[in-house]
Amino acid sequence: MVNRVVVGAHYGLRDWLIQRVTAVVMAAGSLAMGIYILLHPDMGYDRWIALFSSQPVRAFALLFLLSLFYHAWVGVRDIVMDYVKPASVRLVIHVLVILALLLYSIWSVQILWGM
Amino acid sequence: MNKRRPKHLALHLIKLPLPGFVSILHRVSGLVLFLALPVLLLMLQYSLNSIATYTDLMVVLAHPIAKLVLLGLLWSFLHHFCAGLRYLAIDLHYVRSLGQARASSMVVMAVSLLLTILIGVQLW
Repeated sequence: MVNRVVVGAHYGLRDWLIQRVTAVVMAAGSLAMGIYILLHPDMGYDRWIALFSSQPVRAFALLFLLSLFYHAWVGVRDIVMDYVKPASVRLVIHVLVILALLLYSIWSVQILWGM
Repeated sequence: MNKRRPKHLALHLIKLPLPGFVSILHRVSGLVLFLALPVLLLMLQYSLNSIATYTDLMVVLAHPIAKLVLLGLLWSFLHHFCAGLRYLAIDLHYVRSLGQARASSMVVMAVSLLLTILIGVQLW
């Protein structure tokens, strides 16, 4: 009988799925913004502010940005795991990336609701 | 058994197939976009804060170097977007053969470059 020892942190499938869900959210958001700009060639300060004064737009913009930050975490973590071999350096980079993305999340709320 | 297997890590000799080229550019463009995040968020902040900061932003972005950087970021975004859609299509088994993999890679390269040029011309 083979006693198979399962190792690993088991985050593979979850991150695979989250990477795709966040990608679809961002793709939809990018297309919506692209179409809006195409339909409004007179885009300037007034229309831009009017657009982001809407609470649903702010909510979806925050959803877009949070998706972006999570997506970036999975992507950057994979890149660092592939190319940075010393564990200590890898750990430091991971911590810095996490802190940066958390700060970006707070900053995003301040940008969207502090305007 | 020979444990010293050959390693082919001479990067200048490795000729990536087109799907591999699109794949490494997907990584590079993603990393570039991540590194540009603080600048992009700052731009969003300036554009929304007030008419004064909006005007400041427009003046800065009118500089040729700023436009060049913006063009680079635009290509990074469009390539990452198109290559990402290709990966989603692969996940859904729309791309099944080697020929389709190569053809779709060509489409990703062409569409992202074409859109970059089109939008770039509009912004210039």
